[in-house]
Amino acid sequence: MLAALGIESVETLFDDIPAAVRADGLDLPGPRSELELARELEALAGRNRTDLVSFLGAGVYGHYIPAAVDAVVSRGEFSTAYTPYQPEISQGTLQTIYEFQSLISELIGLPVVSASHYDGASATAEAALMTVRATRRERVLVSRALHQHYRETTRTYFGPGTRRLEELPTAPDGTTDLAALEAALADTADPVAGVLIGQPNVFGLLEPMAEAAALAHAAGALFVAVVEPVSLAVLAPPGAYGADIAAGEGQPLGIAPAYGGPYLGLLACRGELMRQIPGRLVGRTTDIEGRRAFVMTLRAREQDIRRDKAASNICTNQALCALAATAYLATVGPGGLADVAAAGAAAARRTEAALAAIGVERVHTAPYLNEFAVRVPDASAVHARLLDAGILAGLPLARWYPDDPDLADALLLATTELTSDEDIDRLAAALGGGSV
Amino acid sequence: MSEVIAPPEPRPRERSAVGPELQPLLSELHTPGRSSFKVPRPPADALAGIPPAQLRASPPALPETDEPTVIHHFVRLSHLNYSVDGGMYPLGSCTMKYNPKVNEWAARLPGFAGLHPLVPDGLAQGSLELAWRLQQQLGEIGGFPAVSLQPAAGAHGELSGILVIRAYHQARGDLDRDEVLVPDSSHGTNPATASMAGFRTVTIRSTPEGLVDIDALREALGPRTAAVMLTNPSTLGLFEHHVTELLEAVHGAGALAYMDGANMNAVLGHFRPGQAGFDVMHFNLHKTFSTPHGGGGPGAGPIAVAEHLRPFLPAPLVVRDDDGSYRLERPGERPDSIGRVRAYWGSSGVLVRAFAYIRAHGASGLRQVSDDAVLAANYLRARVGEAYDLPVAGPCKHEFVASAANVKRETGVRTYDIAKRLIDHGFHPPTIYFPLIVDECLLIEPTETEPLETLDAFADALIAVAREAHEDPGLLTSAPHRAPVRRLDETAAARKPDLRWTALAGAGDR
Repeated sequence: MLAALGIESVETLFDDIPAAVRADGLDLPGPRSELELARELEALAGRNRTDLVSFLGAGVYGHYIPAAVDAVVSRGEFSTAYTPYQPEISQGTLQTIYEFQSLISELIGLPVVSASHYDGASATAEAALMTVRATRRERVLVSRALHQHYRETTRTYFGPGTRRLEELPTAPDGTTDLAALEAALADTADPVAGVLIGQPNVFGLLEPMAEAAALAHAAGALFVAVVEPVSLAVLAPPGAYGADIAAGEGQPLGIAPAYGGPYLGLLACRGELMRQIPGRLVGRTTDIEGRRAFVMTLRAREQDIRRDKAASNICTNQALCALAATAYLATVGPGGLADVAAAGAAAARRTEAALAAIGVERVHTAPYLNEFAVRVPDASAVHARLLDAGILAGLPLARWYPDDPDLADALLLATTELTSDEDIDRLAAALGGGSV
Repeated sequence: MSEVIAPPEPRPRERSAVGPELQPLLSELHTPGRSSFKVPRPPADALAGIPPAQLRASPPALPETDEPTVIHHFVRLSHLNYSVDGGMYPLGSCTMKYNPKVNEWAARLPGFAGLHPLVPDGLAQGSLELAWRLQQQLGEIGGFPAVSLQPAAGAHGELSGILVIRAYHQARGDLDRDEVLVPDSSHGTNPATASMAGFRTVTIRSTPEGLVDIDALREALGPRTAAVMLTNPSTLGLFEHHVTELLEAVHGAGALAYMDGANMNAVLGHFRPGQAGFDVMHFNLHKTFSTPHGGGGPGAGPIAVAEHLRPFLPAPLVVRDDDGSYRLERPGERPDSIGRVRAYWGSSGVLVRAFAYIRAHGASGLRQVSDDAVLAANYLRARVGEAYDLPVAGPCKHEFVASAANVKRETGVRTYDIAKRLIDHGFHPPTIYFPLIVDECLLIEPTETEPLETLDAFADALIAVAREAHEDPGLLTSAPHRAPVRRLDETAAARKPDLRWTALAGAGDR
């Protein structure tokens, strides 16, 4: 190749980098063989502890992932393709995204579903920004019982400009305080763009979504439900209680916890908001000979066309994670998904009963699905002590609510179909056996 | 798609005998009562504690099928995709290089894949050490002292970086800076990011040579300029060789310089943006460090910053304590942080792959990556120049622009048609009509991982297509002919959007 270019050294091709800014190599060890690399990575992976009995959820849930899911996402034809800019040779990716949109639409009960966002937190932030664009109002209310990271991410996206994010307090039962919501919405001089509430909320509790949506709508605000998708196999979906927008984390649909990602941001909306939704959308069409085919559509919302007028700067989606969710839902089917949701709920009820038997009571009184908080004196120390016993006793809520005396001694416990009766017995024995 | 490479003189309507066929939708595979038994049945009273009003009135209408049907479906769909695993993917600005398989294996190790993101730091020492070392590696590669691994994609990194710049100005009480300057050759994400972060975008023209016009930049700079976003090498594949002057002008106006790192694959070990004076940059781990593109994601877009911006980086960062243990920063530990840009702290699964890539290559290997990528691009550029205009002078870096303006002038055939016809020759087309400033643009990036024979085969195909444009333009304007579908009606798709199926079509219904 050098000869074809009439040069003697590849260095010649870097002559356009002035000496003043030219780097003289890097200070990094290596290269190393695949065998050495594999040993190093195995050693690092081995220093993580994944052998504990876990009651940790708080937005990320360990579920059984059928082997078929990894068989699908491991296919290089999916994993090593890029954005389907050339639809004629990308129908695999495009059809699976259309299937993803269809499946999530059915679960959520809203007709428009984006091809996915980075994660639940960034999807929630985008949902909040949608309410601002759609209503031309700048004040958004978010429940204090929404996942802490989602509130923080939305705050970052809002920045210090004119858009404002206000937190709604919780009622004594642990759900969002509807009286406070009503009062906040009543300020007609400073009208509200959107109301964001999690279902289940961060404490695992079921919120009065229909009532909150009605209050928001009465004030001309949009209602955003932040949901967990497995729960939607059994819980009323956002479309049924009047949500205008739904956001959420798709990780429970066949995606490994993987210490923080990559995950799957879900974002859906009513048809009237279709042109406000950021991110990729795939639509059905035909080719010139009438064959059914799929293509990225409504592209005029996107950054590469609209540049500074785009709905968002988002350029990609989490296509492979969306494929995992699609393959997961196809594999477990509607009955399997309902079983997964119900098994988590059943394990939670057993856990509640086992802990009540040793005098450990719930913090809140509202109903829950598969996650709830319990009161344990000196929760952080107990949490640390149980680690030594091989038990990950959920999340000490003081970590996220350091200023709330009511949560100072709270542990947030989650269960799924992976939680066995033995796990519950071990948790109860460890909590009951120590000087808690 | 390897089965359709180099067909003997394709003709219209001809279809490859082994070519893939379109597939039914999952909804059309629905067979009531069919299922796979994946998890144990829960007790019947599992939901007894839920108020009836909170329960779903009827189960979601998801397709019922079984595992063999599911696997057939997705495997056959996969055959409809072009991929890096299947062939050369010369999509300019996307760096579609080969993705080493050992990295996939590593990311799936149970110790990495099974770890919950909220575990106490003591349970995550392997992942935290890996992340800390990746922060150090990216800092070394970029020439910056501080790195956040949090952003989930390049555009997410841009947003984070611009928010960091905004926080910097505000912390200094420099409140009037409400403009971000971007070259007219920039990625669309640059102006979109500026808008999203609350800035007004000002576009800077390029010189006829394709470089940022430094006079135009100086003219636009002022007390309202918060940042200038530059891509170096540029989206035209050119190194902005007057980068020092550019940076002096930016800093002289009190603004900060953002480096879009999309094109780092060209300059590893040759150019360190932080050392050169940039204030912030993002990396695209899915480009430069070979994490698979996944059909459009997930990627990762870590940002690196100069010392004066460290306080504002997203939180938490990964830190190493004096005792050699690793941890995430505690809440409030860096009070000036812009905050979180996502939940948890980073796309760990992507980071494992990038770390593995950097460890496998080391300093010499990474420099070799860029040497080979630049050599391949220049070789291919010379070959493509046999049949296409080369509107900007070489040498190029890792990618180059060609223009089919000559072909269009002589035959009426557009770049779009050439791209579609390349499909019939067994290749994924290059990026087309970007950068916006080049007429009938083809942006071609071969990467370092394709052998000479493949580069030649691609050049031969592109040259053959130009010849076909003269001999039989209709063959191009009606292409592709050997793909699973012909050209799509994108107008109809946008006019009446159909974004989901609305009913399950059971087997009995078909």
